[in-house]
Amino acid sequence: MNEGLIGPVLAGYLYLLAAVLFIVGLKRLQSPATARRGNQIGGAGMLLAIVVTLIHYEILNPWVIVAGIVVGSGVGLWLARTVEMTAMPQLVAAFNGFGGGASALVAAAELIEKHGSAEFNLQAAITVALTVIVGAITLSGSFVAYAKLQGLIPGRPFGYPGQKVGDSVLGLLIVALIVWLVISPNVLVMWVLLALSLLLGIVRVIQIGGADMPVVISLLNAFSGVAAALAGFVIQENALIISGALVGASGLILTNIMVKAMNRTLGHVLFAAFGGDGGGGPVGGEAKPVRSANSEDVAIALGYADSVIIVPGYGLAVAQAQHNLKELADMLEERGVEVRYGIHPVAGRMPGHMNVLLAEADVPYDKLFALDEIEDDFPHTDVALVVGANDVVNPSAREDPSSAIYGMPIMNVDLAKHAIVIKRSLSPGFAGIDNPLFYMDNTLMFFADAKRGISDIVNSMKEL
Amino acid sequence: MDLLISITVFVLAAYVGFEVITKVPPTLHTPLMSGSNAISGITIIGALVVAGRYGGVAGVILGFLAVSFAMINVVGGFWVTDRMLQMFKREDRS
Repeated sequence: MNEGLIGPVLAGYLYLLAAVLFIVGLKRLQSPATARRGNQIGGAGMLLAIVVTLIHYEILNPWVIVAGIVVGSGVGLWLARTVEMTAMPQLVAAFNGFGGGASALVAAAELIEKHGSAEFNLQAAITVALTVIVGAITLSGSFVAYAKLQGLIPGRPFGYPGQKVGDSVLGLLIVALIVWLVISPNVLVMWVLLALSLLLGIVRVIQIGGADMPVVISLLNAFSGVAAALAGFVIQENALIISGALVGASGLILTNIMVKAMNRTLGHVLFAAFGGDGGGGPVGGEAKPVRSANSEDVAIALGYADSVIIVPGYGLAVAQAQHNLKELADMLEERGVEVRYGIHPVAGRMPGHMNVLLAEADVPYDKLFALDEIEDDFPHTDVALVVGANDVVNPSAREDPSSAIYGMPIMNVDLAKHAIVIKRSLSPGFAGIDNPLFYMDNTLMFFADAKRGISDIVNSMKEL
Repeated sequence: MDLLISITVFVLAAYVGFEVITKVPPTLHTPLMSGSNAISGITIIGALVVAGRYGGVAGVILGFLAVSFAMINVVGGFWVTDRMLQMFKREDRS
């Protein structure tokens, strides 16, 4: 530390100010009307923290910093500007990974610099070991999640022979290395610990199915926060501890929401290798009668309704039909039909993903309703229109205690006066469970690709 | 710095986090995740300190990687969150 323009006391206060700006920014995310400003306030806090650091600390090799800032900002900007909204979960996973990786490297560099000195005490050794582990798991786990979501590796859970024993041995080795590192801090042991932690992140996440990736991303988001907070313990800086704790809390809350919405427990997601690859399974065997409709039937049912709730699922996004859906909703509103959207927490590939996809298609956010805001309104609704969703509208979750998804919160579209389902076939969703909704008397099935089907409905609507 | 003080700060900040973030509506959960993720890029402070301090080859490589990773997280995270949030609009009541 030098005696530059600002001393340690002033720097400490400015770091605190940066942390307060993060809290104020997050607070403004409580409403979509103030959220954008909130994010900008958080960004301002980050800029402040960076500038204070550059002025306050002695910098021996500025070119390393300039190169890092230029390369990192360039890559970050390029990714942020070019990503498709459907690919947001992968991008967030990648960003989590980079953040965790940076924290692990900071801890590694601290150990290399200070081990053996009096400054490197027991507390420093423990916090360095933990930061390296959490940061490295975040890095490698996030990139496996990225690869699964991006389709670079198949989404199905991968195991390896003797996996339980292998994972346990890996865990025990890591614990042993922590003990070693604490007793005698040593650079080589730290690198081995880093490598084994990277390996643990890979083998753990690769065993989790693509359909469970929303939970994994949320959990790794919490990990990236914890890694930053631990790095704060290592370099003894409160700004990192506060900010990391905020992010850890946020990630845990989102993880909990996703786990509940999927009717799972965290342990089950992490260790049961249940989630499928995220694609549909084969068509169920027996032929039960369904009421099949064409686009005119659907246009009539929607066009003469008073109220419609649209329940979108990820199939909508896969078919890129959000804009067509918005066009249909606009036509209905012109006819005086009340149109709202019911968004299940797992409608997209990460928490809130469907809301972003609909916002991109210019659907106003005050028409989007969360599960608990809209679930009681279905019995008073004329038509519930289901597009590309399946398990989240399966009444077995409410009525059939023998069903694998019994107890999962669902959109009760079967209680609406009429349900219309746009779907390519009767195939079950990722849970592989048949959906009794499709065979009910008040359900109309319109077998079509979401994009094609909706534009056909729009065309039929023009002729009403 | 005293370890107890650090842990106190961590616990209180986590509590503030739970209080503030529980009230974020589900419709903003994706921007919340990308935005809070950008905040976890605060580790850039550590990365800058580390990168500015070492002379050796290993130090230069570690410092460069740490700063680059943290900056990807920070710049990309805030930018993409802004991109998403600008799409959220109320109904036109003109």
